[in-house]
This record gives sequence, structure tokens and C-alpha cells, in this order.
Amino acid sequence: MDIFVQQILNGLVLGSIYALIALGYTMVYGIMGLINFAHGEVVMFGAMVTITVISAMTNAGIHLPGGAMVLIALMVAIPACMLLGFTIERVAYRPLRNAPKLAPLITAIGLSIVLQQVAILIWGRNYIPFPPILNHDTIDIFGATITQLQVLIVILCLVLMAGLLLVVEKTKLGRAMRATSQNPGVAGLMGVNVNTIVSATFVMGSGLGAVAGVMVATNYDQAHYYMGFMIGLKAFTAAVLGGIGNLGGAVAGGILLGIIESLGAGYIGDLTGGFLGSNYQDIFAFAVLIVVLIFRPSGLLGEKIADRA
Amino acid sequence: MTSNKKLGTFLASAIVLAVLPFVVSGTLGNAWVRTIDFALLYVMLALGLNIVVGFAGLLDLGFIAFYAVGAYTFALLGSPHFGIHLPFYITIPLGAGFAALFGILLGTPVLKLKGDYLAIVTLGFGEIVRIFMNNLNAPINITNGPQGINLVDPIQFAGFSLGKVTQIGSFTLNPVHLYYYMFLALTVLVVIMVSRLQHSRIGRAWVAMREDYIAASAMGLNIRNIKLLAFALGALSGGVAGGLFAAFQGFISPESFSLLESIMILAMVVLGGMGHIPGVILGAVVLTIAPEILRDVIGPLQMHTFGRMIVDPENARMLLFGLAMVVMMLTRPEGMWPSKRRQAEFDDAKKG
Amino acid sequence: MAEVLLKIEGIHKRFGGLHALNNVALHINKGEIYGLIGPNGAGKTTLFNVLTGLYTPDEGQFTFDGIDLFRAPPHIVVSGGIARTFQNIRLFHEMTALENVMVGRHIRSKANALGAVLRTKSVRQEEAAIEAKAWELLRYVGIEDVAYERARNLSYGHQRRLEIARALATEPKLLALDEPAAGMNPSETEGLKALMEKIRNDGVTVLLIEHDVKLMMGLCDRIAVLDYGKKIAEGVPEVVRKDPKVIEAYLGAAHS
Repeated sequence: MDIFVQQILNGLVLGSIYALIALGYTMVYGIMGLINFAHGEVVMFGAMVTITVISAMTNAGIHLPGGAMVLIALMVAIPACMLLGFTIERVAYRPLRNAPKLAPLITAIGLSIVLQQVAILIWGRNYIPFPPILNHDTIDIFGATITQLQVLIVILCLVLMAGLLLVVEKTKLGRAMRATSQNPGVAGLMGVNVNTIVSATFVMGSGLGAVAGVMVATNYDQAHYYMGFMIGLKAFTAAVLGGIGNLGGAVAGGILLGIIESLGAGYIGDLTGGFLGSNYQDIFAFAVLIVVLIFRPSGLLGEKIADRA
Repeated sequence: MTSNKKLGTFLASAIVLAVLPFVVSGTLGNAWVRTIDFALLYVMLALGLNIVVGFAGLLDLGFIAFYAVGAYTFALLGSPHFGIHLPFYITIPLGAGFAALFGILLGTPVLKLKGDYLAIVTLGFGEIVRIFMNNLNAPINITNGPQGINLVDPIQFAGFSLGKVTQIGSFTLNPVHLYYYMFLALTVLVVIMVSRLQHSRIGRAWVAMREDYIAASAMGLNIRNIKLLAFALGALSGGVAGGLFAAFQGFISPESFSLLESIMILAMVVLGGMGHIPGVILGAVVLTIAPEILRDVIGPLQMHTFGRMIVDPENARMLLFGLAMVVMMLTRPEGMWPSKRRQAEFDDAKKG
Repeated sequence: MAEVLLKIEGIHKRFGGLHALNNVALHINKGEIYGLIGPNGAGKTTLFNVLTGLYTPDEGQFTFDGIDLFRAPPHIVVSGGIARTFQNIRLFHEMTALENVMVGRHIRSKANALGAVLRTKSVRQEEAAIEAKAWELLRYVGIEDVAYERARNLSYGHQRRLEIARALATEPKLLALDEPAAGMNPSETEGLKALMEKIRNDGVTVLLIEHDVKLMMGLCDRIAVLDYGKKIAEGVPEVVRKDPKVIEAYLGAAHS
């Protein structure tokens, strides 16, 4: 039972981070129908920039409470990632907006490689530890333990997701985004500046990605130039699982994926009589995805698109 | 083109391809012949993927899994790992068959999926195959895990081995030369296979399905079978290339079958000119050779210009490679050498 | 008594809460031109899609030329002998006109992947036969001069004709045309009418949806009228035209 609660809690933490990143994928997909393969790298940059800023402050002799240091660093990392996201769209995607789908996919992959290499140039190939400034005190819940930091991560994720939903549902910008995602041509005719909306989407998604990157780095206590790849892949899987293009779906898919992965890792040994161990954790994400898509080809919350003759 | 001119082109290319490995090993060294051998393997892989992506229009991001199946079949049945040493003319067809079976296995559940959903599922499938290869060393050691399988048998037949230096008269043939001819022969076979498929009833059905699957099914095309056939035949070429890879390299491990490899092969298809066989071949050759040229050039160039290494050559190589992919797609989204039809499509799209 | 080619009974099709087809029954006789009319949203295209296998009906019976096609997938329906065109033309745009028609021959040819790769004698012969038949059909519908043009670049009228040629390539017993005259000028419509009569005279039964009531009255042997998913009338044009239910359906629709 303890293991069960513990794995649920771990899954919730992991899942909220997936959800936050998945939102970035799903927003872009909703607006442009494009997999922004470089989004994982934006997440990575968020983590790297934050660590760099914190280290710089420590080196300069500035010692504030850990939370404040992270917050200050985020004030740098978020705009930096927003700028990065904005630039990615302008340079690699906008010129190809009317090209067939595979062209932007290839530029996205190329860009992903470029960003990783740039990260190596700046931060090297090694794992970078997260500065030991954060409190790792734990809380006991039903016999399972969770750090206060992890609680904070989950809460912050929920707040950010709620904020995003509010923006999309209630503001003028959000309405324009929804209109563009349904029909860019008509939205354009109705006076929506599609370019602005697309840029705004990338900027918002990248901002969330930056925060998620910091969460990943604090949760695992390290960052690495390649970290964006797997987490991006998982988050994208989560977005598809939930029904890509659907914000609620991304959140549900992310949390679900986190919990399934974590439960799977905890129980796979028992389930297979010891044949498969927790090193198969990564299989769950993909196995679940495949099973869900077989039964619901548009994801859990995706619209069922009927074939029109 | 007149048939005389065609024959001339054919003979000229045959001669060039025949003497190429000797010219290269004489001028640039055997390492470059090895690179060319790899280029041929990638041509086979890219042509296989091109069936799925280029002809049938199904985006497959897990293609490397079929390469892996072919390679592991060959290695497990031809190495000291299990002490089994079956000849290549059994293991390569077997590997190709298994790969095709995997293609159908993957294709069946994803029949209803479209576009990016299909892409992510195939990607997941590729990762699952890799994770299993990485971990199937316990409790029963099947794949030997991350260490991979060593001492894989070379291609050998009746006492003659492609893995040994061979003397024919005054000619000394290194393994890289011997494999070159074998790979070349198989590449030619694959080219003939895909081009005949393309210009057949089957090829037309793929294109029809790619363009409008509703209209295609209303014309009586059995979409399910046509899709599965594309997956199976693409996988088949991947499986053959995988077996050859295992024999050539003598060693395989899960590292060779990462997602990045799938992406590279997709990039070869798209950058070359999707659906166009000469374009895909060009894409595979360029993307195999270019990084090696960069490797050879970047280090010495830096030493020469700055007197020291400023940027790690490996780093600079990948950076330039990524940039080239971006720039190439931005300037020529139709690929380096598209078919006339595809070029026209793009021109139409530009006109709006 | 004419011979029945197609027969449906008690066909129902629902989309969520919408009862798109409600207990529809009809039969089409061999050799006739059968028209399907009704106000917008009456369920004509839904019925059409059911008859051509694109939609699977929820309940009912569907037999065609002695075979049971209830809930059969499209490729079975086509091989059974029903071919169709689309209201919003669906050609393979990047293929040439000739290739479009050749795709239509798919179901009447056999070459498998191995045969295609080996290019055996029988495969080469079949391929030649496919091409010859495609040329013949392009001539039949009168567009052989644009055989090598990409379908995308054809004029609207030519695209319509090409779609008919492609459907005929499947050797149908019943050719189902979904608003073939939509968007055509009067002279093109006349040409189309002549083509449909030619097709019928060559032994192919024709099922037709069309908005142009005048065209339908002059062309069809029998007509069925759909309204709100139900068949409200069926018979020869002169009778259907005077049916009060039909008049009400059309006037009601026009006044709402």
C-alpha cells in the first residue's frame, strides 16, 4: 500500500511536469498543426539558464533564500526561453507555413540538433548539478514521503495550467487563438493577425517550458544538454494521449502518463514475475499510448473527426 | 533520351561504380571506402523508408526498428553469443522476413491512425524495440543488453570470406572493398525493386491512397492491405540492410538503433526528394558523406586558421549538420532532387 | 417486370442524436436511370454513402445483384459492381488523368508485389491492358486529349468527366453520381446528360443525385424523394412531380 501511494505521488509530480510541457506542444499543434520538435530544447535551455544565473549570483556573493534565488533566475530564464521560442518560429517555421508538413518537421529536428550543440558549446557535455540552495525537507502522506519542493512543483503546475486555461478561455487573445486554431483563413479575414497569434502561442508555450525545465532540474537535481529530448518525447506522447490540440487533454494526458509510468516502474517486477524490471519504465509511456490510440484514434479527449465524403 | 545515350550513361556509371573503391582507397584511404559502404547501407534504408513515407505517405519515425530486427537476427544466429553460425544466405532472408513481420505487426494496430498520431506511435514502437534490446539480457540473456553482440560472423560463402583480405592476382582486396561490391549489388537490387513497385499497380495504389484515401477506397482499393504492404516492404529493405550492417561491422549494440538514426533516415528521404528514387539515393549519400567530410575538415581548418582548437570538432560538425538541415529545408523544401511531379506541386503551392 | 439490381429495406443511419436515414427502402432496376432528390439536409448524400459502402448503416438490408452488401466495406462494394463519383470532385490531383483512370482498374487487376518486382510476362500484359482500357475510357468520356495533364490542372467540366471515367474503370453495374452537374453551365449540362444516356444505353445502370430538378425530370426513369431522412415519394417523374408531399417538402423547405 505504501508503495502504491508513493508511486502515485511520484507520478503526480512527474505528470504535472509532463503536463506543463505537453501544453507547449499541444498549443502549437492546435494553432499550426505542427510538432514543434525543438520544444524539448527550450525546456532544457530553461533549466540551464536558471542554473547559470543562480551560480552567477552565488559567485557574486549574493545569498538569498533558495526560493528567491530560483525566482530571480526564472525572471531571466522565462524571457530568454520566450525569446528562443519566438525566434524558432520566425526562423524555422514561419517561412514554411504553406509547405507540406514534413518540411517544418525536418527543420524542427535540425533546429533541435543545433540547440543541443549550442548548449554543449555553452555548458559542456557533462551533467550540471543544481546548486544546493533548495530545501529538501519531506512531508509524510499516508505512509509515503514527498518533498516540500515536489508539493510546490505540483501546485505551481496547477496554477500555471489554470492561468493558461483562463487566458485561452476568457481573454481577447485567447479567443483569437481559438479562432485561429479552428480556421486560420477565416480568423485572418475576421481581423485576427494570425502571425501575432502564432508568435504569442510560441512565446506562451516556451515560457511554460522554461518553468518546466527548472522543475525537472530541481526534481532530479541536475541538468544536461540532452535532457530535453526524452522529457520532450514523453510530454509529446502525453499531448497525443490526451488528444493533441486540446489543452485539457494535454493536462490529463500528462498527469495520467506520469502516474502510469511511475506505477508501472513500481509494479512491473511483480506483474511479470520478475521477468521485466523497472528499467522497462520507458516502455509504459509508449505502450499505453499505442493501446489508447488503437481504441481512440484521436486521443482521450480529442475530437472524433468523421470522414466526410 | 535515346537508347544509345541511355546505354552510354549506364555503362559510364557502371564503370565509375566499379572502380570507385580503388580510386578512393588509393587517394583518400580505406576509411573513406568504409564510409561509402555505409552510404550504400543508408541508401537501402532510405529507399525502404521511402516506400512508407514517400510512396504511401505514412509518416514513420520508428523505421530503425526494422534495421535492428535484421541486424539482431543476423547477429544472434551468426556469432559466438549462442554459438550458432548459420550462413548469411539463411540469416539475411530470415532477418528480412522477421523485419517484414514486425512491419505488419506495427502496421496492424495503427491502420486507423493518421499523420502525426501515426508518427508518434511508430516512434514509440521504435523506442520499445530499442528498450527491449537494451534490457533483454536478464533473466535470460538474449540480446546481451547494452554491451551488444561481438564477433558477428562476416559474410562468408564456400570458404571465401568478405571479412578477410583477399588476393586476386595482383589485386589486394580489403574487406571494405569486398563488402562494397556486395552492398552495391544489393543496392542495385533494391533500386530495381522499388522502382518497379513504383511503376506498378501497387505503386499507383500507394500514391492514390496518399493523395485521397477516401477516393481511393471508393475506387475499390483495400486500404488496409495497401498500407500493410507498404509497411512490410519498407521493413523488408530495412531488415536486409540490418543484416548486412551486422556482418560488416562485426559488432552491434542498441546504441546503433536510436531514434536519432530513424530521424536521420527520414531526413535523407525528405532532404533528397521524397518519393523520387534518385533524390532519395542522393539524400542518403550526401547525409552519410557530408558529416565525415566535416569531421576531416573542421579540426585541421581550425588548427590552420587559429593555431588551436576553438570548437570541439565533433560539436562543430553536428552544429553545422543541424544548420544545414534547417537551411536546406528553408531554401528547398521539395528536397535536393525532387521528381518533376513533386516540383510542380511545390510550384503550385508557391503560387498559392 | 424489370429485373431488380439493387434493393435496400429498412435502412437506418444515426449520427449521435441525428436520425439521418429513417427506415428507407427502395429498389433500382437494371438499366434505368434512377434519381434521388430532396431538400438540403434530407439525407441524400448519407444514403449515397451507405449505398457505396462509405458509411455502414445501423440497421436494414442491402442486396445488390444477388449479393448481400449490408455493412460491406467499400472495396467489397466496388468489386460487387457499384462505383461512384463525389459531389466535391475527389480526383488524385497530382496524378495525370490517365493514371487516375488506371487506379480505377486496380480492383479488376491482380498483379501482386512479387509480380510487380519480377515484372513477369503476365504482369506486363496486364499493365498494358490497364493502360489500354484507361485510354479507351478517356475517349469514351471525351477527354483523351488531356490524358497526360495532371488532374489538378483540368477544367471543371473535364474533372467531372474524368471522375466518371475513373468510376467506369471499375466496371460497375451501377454507376452512382453525386451531383455531377453542379457548377456546370447549360451546355456542359447538356453534354453530361448525353454522356449519362450513353452510359445507360451501354448497359450500366445509373443512380443520380441532383439539385437540378428539371434535368432530373427529363433524364430519370424513376425518382425517389427524401425528406428528413425518410422516403416520401417514389415513381416516374410525372407522378412524383405532382405528389402533394413532395410539393410540400420543397415549398416548406423554401419557406423556412
